[in-house]
Amino acid sequence: MIESGLTQLSAAMAAKQVSAVELATLFLDRIERLNPTLNAFITTDRDRTLAMARAADERRAKGEAGALLGVPLAHKDIFCTEGWPTTCGSKMLANFVSPYDAHVVSQFKAAGAVTLGKLNMDEFAMGSSNETSHFGPVKNPWNTNCVPGGSSGGSAAAVAARLTPAATGTDTGGSIRQPAALCGLTGLKPTYGVVSRYGMIAFASSLDQGGPMAKSAEDCALLLSAMAGFDERDSTSLQRESEDYSRDLMKPLAGLRIGLPKEFFGAGMDDDVRAAIDAALDQYRKLGATTVEVSLPNSGLSVPAYYVIAPAEASSNLSRFDGVRYGHRAAEYGDLADMYCKSRAEGFGAEVKRRILIGTYVLSHGYYDAYYLQAQKIRRLIATDFQEAYKVCDVIMGPTSPSVAFPFGAKSADPVQMYLADIYTIAVNLAGLPGMSIPCGFGAGNMPVGLQVIGPWFAEAKMLNVAHQYQQATDWHRRCPDIGA
Amino acid sequence: MSQWEVVIGLETHVQLQTKSKIFSGASTAFGAEPNRQACAVDIALPGVLPVLNREAVVCAIKFGLAVDAAIAPRSVFARKNYFYPDLPKGYQISQYEIPVVLGGGIDIRVSHGGTPSEKRVHLTRAHLEEDAGKSLHEDFHGKTGIDLNRAGTPLLEIVTEPDMGSAAEAVAYAKALHSLVTWIGICDGNMQEGSFRCDANVSVRRPGAPLGTRREVKNLNSFRFLQQAIDYEIGWQINEIEEGRKIVQATVLFDPDTGETRAMRSKEDAHDYRYFPDPDLLPLEISPVWTAEVKRGLPELPAAMQARFERDFGLSTYDAASLTATRANATFFEDCVAAAGKDQAKLCANWVMGELAARLNRDEREVADSPVSATQLAGMVRRVADGTLSSKLAKEVFDALWTGEAADADAVIEARGLKQVSDASAIGPIIDEVLAANPKSVEEFRAGKEKAFNALVGQVMKATKGKANPQQVNDLLRQKLTG
Repeated sequence: MIESGLTQLSAAMAAKQVSAVELATLFLDRIERLNPTLNAFITTDRDRTLAMARAADERRAKGEAGALLGVPLAHKDIFCTEGWPTTCGSKMLANFVSPYDAHVVSQFKAAGAVTLGKLNMDEFAMGSSNETSHFGPVKNPWNTNCVPGGSSGGSAAAVAARLTPAATGTDTGGSIRQPAALCGLTGLKPTYGVVSRYGMIAFASSLDQGGPMAKSAEDCALLLSAMAGFDERDSTSLQRESEDYSRDLMKPLAGLRIGLPKEFFGAGMDDDVRAAIDAALDQYRKLGATTVEVSLPNSGLSVPAYYVIAPAEASSNLSRFDGVRYGHRAAEYGDLADMYCKSRAEGFGAEVKRRILIGTYVLSHGYYDAYYLQAQKIRRLIATDFQEAYKVCDVIMGPTSPSVAFPFGAKSADPVQMYLADIYTIAVNLAGLPGMSIPCGFGAGNMPVGLQVIGPWFAEAKMLNVAHQYQQATDWHRRCPDIGA
Repeated sequence: MSQWEVVIGLETHVQLQTKSKIFSGASTAFGAEPNRQACAVDIALPGVLPVLNREAVVCAIKFGLAVDAAIAPRSVFARKNYFYPDLPKGYQISQYEIPVVLGGGIDIRVSHGGTPSEKRVHLTRAHLEEDAGKSLHEDFHGKTGIDLNRAGTPLLEIVTEPDMGSAAEAVAYAKALHSLVTWIGICDGNMQEGSFRCDANVSVRRPGAPLGTRREVKNLNSFRFLQQAIDYEIGWQINEIEEGRKIVQATVLFDPDTGETRAMRSKEDAHDYRYFPDPDLLPLEISPVWTAEVKRGLPELPAAMQARFERDFGLSTYDAASLTATRANATFFEDCVAAAGKDQAKLCANWVMGELAARLNRDEREVADSPVSATQLAGMVRRVADGTLSSKLAKEVFDALWTGEAADADAVIEARGLKQVSDASAIGPIIDEVLAANPKSVEEFRAGKEKAFNALVGQVMKATKGKANPQQVNDLLRQKLTG
């Protein structure tokens, strides 16, 4: 049962082979056994979970159906969940219990999905290894000495270890795709504006986007159909007809034009990753696709531009964590300024502070034009590069991450090295494009490799089709780490 | 003073009359229990997002149209970052580089040495922003209480060019602006509740010299404080310079108790607000169609109404301008004319600007809740016009209406017997009696003393208890004395 996809789980419940309560219990028990090793969950609450499962069973008993009714899943702890702690991986919010549900959370609730718990993450989604979490690092289920990636590392590890059939994640610079790649999952960051950000604690507002992380493209399609849609509470949410993202899964790929950016295939990519990517591309050619070299000439500027824009927005977004209304407040302080300083100094970790400082600096008087405005210009150039590339191809492919999962501590001492882990994913956020990572083999140490698929705006259904057809022909996505029963 | 030139610019925060806040659905009503009108967005819970209230934009468009400004087809909301306990997000959403309203102007009337003149105060811009909450320093035993009811209330900040040259001009502008924003219905104008607050930028210079360094007096919430604060500030700055000191750019507060200003912070410790476009909000786009739609909903503006009063009612510019000083006043006058007849417009104007204004002022009442209604005043004016009521007794009728003694002027006239006597057969015998009783005055008149005639008129009026038609008395008396 733990290997089943969402469609099978739903079918099993419809056929009365299993109840939502039994399913939830199965996964809760597994979390209880394995989470001490993996540290993927920050919060579980058996009573709440089982209450939701019972409600789902009742709804089904009354004749309700639905692809996600009774299906267990877990939320990255960046999504506000009414009645549950929502920590964002930070000491600042260690005791914060949200009085409301994020849009994504309420969408899943309405569909009858059952929440298994809240997933660990890099503090305020700032990190690529899950080492910045106040609640300790998440372990990669493929090798517990290695990082699971970040910032949605808890989501990735939990799905990979089959502690949950699926999870939500968020992606500001690669935070869904990179951990999906490092843990051997399928993860999708939708086009900016497709999934409402309401209730998703903001890191960098113009880049943040929620999305699904699951075992397969088929599951991601189901999840995205529930998550996406216009929400009037998010002004950047796009007013579009709701979509069935599963509709094109079965389309053949004959004639698909895959663009390969030469900038993604140069130096910087590890050989084991390159071998897996090359093999995946061969597989696509076998499925009827053709490949064409394209160029994203400004992609080299994406990491520097991102590390201006994202910290700038973050420095402002995180100002509300001031110890006044909620969150951590220092136990002792002198005057008001001292309260702010001590509360924030104690409540935030080193990486968050680093980015607040960078962001404050680049927005400061006299530096704004040189950094922030320049970065915004680069952002437009990067988006234009992609537009040009899509004139000759339908989707772009390349590596998700330059390397497979690395050991704890390997990059944490050097922020720039850590930032470069997102070199292939960041441009996608800057351009607001949809991006996916799908498992495409194994590299050194038998660690998973992810293939990145990047589409034009709103091409999610197409990308899921491209991923699903590959998954019909390969079984990388079905491989499961040996983490114990 | 004449060797110094004063330069003043005003920034006014006008609270917009919308039902809900500028970026949330919470109510904007004043006076609720602390923090009862602050929703998740207002208290800046993690994850919440702002959504622009279209009504606030409509208010901004109305204002732009009313002052002949340009409405920006695309304006941008920006974050102004600073920490303060009553600023829940740690930033205020405002407009910085591209405001919604650009340019425009407001005409004011000022008096220079008794000579009235018109002057246009040019506006730099007006932009939309949210208000902060309130910090309450009393009643918390050394701690500070935070009330976020006001957080997120929509404001239009209206910024002038440095066009004013005295406190009187600044006050005239503030009053004209206050009248306009209440006139077009975008602000309730309640200054005590903080719906209309001014910051004054004041500097002085020698005529012809470059602009002096300015100091900004913050948060003046009455016209009187505005006047006092600017006057004090001008005097202080001139004194500083004359004593050889330099003015340092600063933000200052006015203390109504002492009548003095004192520096709050200087430029050196000014905040760096780190403005940048708010990524949570799309640029505000206003189409010509939307502007046209708002324009159709605008009431007749004071300037247009003033011109119409002059044209249609033959009123002087001065009268027409005073009557249109507030929309309530203009409405009262128009209602009065409608009931009394267009021919009596001047008489109506005299009463509205004279007795009515004086009484309202004395009793500290607004024209909107005047005890004498426009219809009542019109009824009285009609009786003055048709000769039933003398001007003198009209005041008595007005008094009776003011105290609610009767429903209309006719009832007062009837009850008190105030009807003017214009009947020669009734007045004649009384004149004869007066002449008989005052032979000395008669003699004096005949000797050429005109003053004696007035004394005799007075005696006749006294004998008729003021009811005799004065013109008639004049005519008959002269007839009898010279005939």
